[in-house]
Amino acid sequence: MRPTFAFDGRDLRFQPGQSVGAALVAAGVRSWRTTRRQGRPRGIFCGIGVCFDCLLTVDGRPNVRACMVPAREGMDVRSQDGGGHADPPR
Amino acid sequence: MPIPHGDQGGRYDVVVVGGGPGGLAAAAAAVRAGCTVALVDAGPDLGGQYWRHRPGRLDRAPARTTFAVLAEAARSGAKHLAEHEVWTVGTDDRGFVVRAVNGSAERTLGAAAVVLATGAADRQLPFPGWELPGVFTAGGAQALHKGHGVRVGRRVVVAGTGPFLLPVAAGLAADGAHIVGVFEANATSGWLRRLPAVARNLGRVSEAAAYRAKLATSGARYRTGCAVVAAHGDTHVEAVTVARIDADWRVRPGTSRTVRCDALAVGWGFTPHIELALGLGCATRVDFDGSVVVDVGEDQATSVPGVYVAGEACGVGGAALAVAEGEIAGFAAAAALGHKATAEPDLAGRDRARLRAFAAAMHHVYPVRDGWRDWLEPQTLVCRCEEVPVRAVVESVHELGATDARSVKLLTRTGMGWCQGRICGYATSRLVALESGEPATELGLAHRPLAVPVPLGLLAGSPETREDP
Repeated sequence: MRPTFAFDGRDLRFQPGQSVGAALVAAGVRSWRTTRRQGRPRGIFCGIGVCFDCLLTVDGRPNVRACMVPAREGMDVRSQDGGGHADPPR
Repeated sequence: MPIPHGDQGGRYDVVVVGGGPGGLAAAAAAVRAGCTVALVDAGPDLGGQYWRHRPGRLDRAPARTTFAVLAEAARSGAKHLAEHEVWTVGTDDRGFVVRAVNGSAERTLGAAAVVLATGAADRQLPFPGWELPGVFTAGGAQALHKGHGVRVGRRVVVAGTGPFLLPVAAGLAADGAHIVGVFEANATSGWLRRLPAVARNLGRVSEAAAYRAKLATSGARYRTGCAVVAAHGDTHVEAVTVARIDADWRVRPGTSRTVRCDALAVGWGFTPHIELALGLGCATRVDFDGSVVVDVGEDQATSVPGVYVAGEACGVGGAALAVAEGEIAGFAAAAALGHKATAEPDLAGRDRARLRAFAAAMHHVYPVRDGWRDWLEPQTLVCRCEEVPVRAVVESVHELGATDARSVKLLTRTGMGWCQGRICGYATSRLVALESGEPATELGLAHRPLAVPVPLGLLAGSPETREDP
């Protein structure tokens, strides 16, 4: 059976070796962050850790690059609004 | 600056930063010359962007022979520190101190010499809708496919300029994506004016031809003189506008059409990662493609003694060139430390000369022309991180009197966000130059004290790292 992590409370399967971001794209999730100013959706853009568009919260730690963090069994992954500290968009 | 953390990662003759073609070749060469070597890389496995592969699928990586030989040499003789991003290289009384982070944990490595093989990322240009989810950099789309077995979309448009678009499109097509079209902004007839460089590099040419053939088999069309000038959609890309463009990249009136797709992969050449070298004070130059690159001598040495650079960071030219430069850099670093070279540096030197000639020709055939300025709308974002529109950049020049990219950054926050201008630096400097009539100064945005964001505790010099950045 393929391993899973929790994405916003639901189980999401991944293949060992995939990044969190790759697993999300594979599951058809295109965006998981809203921007601080305009509240616009963002997902993966550069895919190699340069652009920081794909930020999300992993095990309570905000602003993690989804494209750089390897998916691991049992991770708690959450989409992120604004600055990632539950603050309203400025 | 004294480093408070000690060398808990060990002390080496040579520390190589980057596990792609250049870094692997440098590490392998330094190991062969008898040095103690550490290789620090951000990825989970060696290979960099070019030799990126899925875990356990090494045999399917392209050019696997070269990779296998270099990776084996590096693995057997060098300490490999994976999933560690180097955020700064400092100096102490014994040499260099390489500081790398994995999450909030730091490792520091001492080194008598460093080889920086930090690579490059796709150069980007802004256009309406480029911030929509489903728009990927060409390298990002390829990385998801090569490294993770993930297809970015079902109907994919590939656009931009440069030969790199071909392997990206061919790879996506082989993975089952329908490539709606490959739109190359330049006219490839430019190669006809560069035949000497072509003749010396038939291998590179046949590689491109093989990708073209693969693409043709999949039914994908390759069109030159065309560009994606806008992306459309509400929460993700649903269509793009494709137009024919003239030699200056201005849209030819009446040629725009809408193409349905669920993903766009786009790239306009490459921007080298030079932050670590800049932080060390290495001299730079502007390359044929307009990129700011590290200036190196015959032995890949920079202006700072003990610091060597190989690969894209000293001039974008592809994996084969990076391997030649890495080998030269690795042997040179070893020789400077008193280790005698055992191989023939002449051979790598000849490869390097031939491949640099090809790279120069490539940059002349696939330039970025300024006509993209006309694709923008006032509300088009220039800086994706800080969501700064074109309008604000233009106003900062015409109403606030800014004449260089650095002033525009301070006035508008362009390039001040998470990515520190890595994505928008080129476009911002060109845009400011076009608006102000002053020469472009990309270097003003290229200076970044930190190569990657790090926890505040590290900056404060506290031995205890914190969880919050």
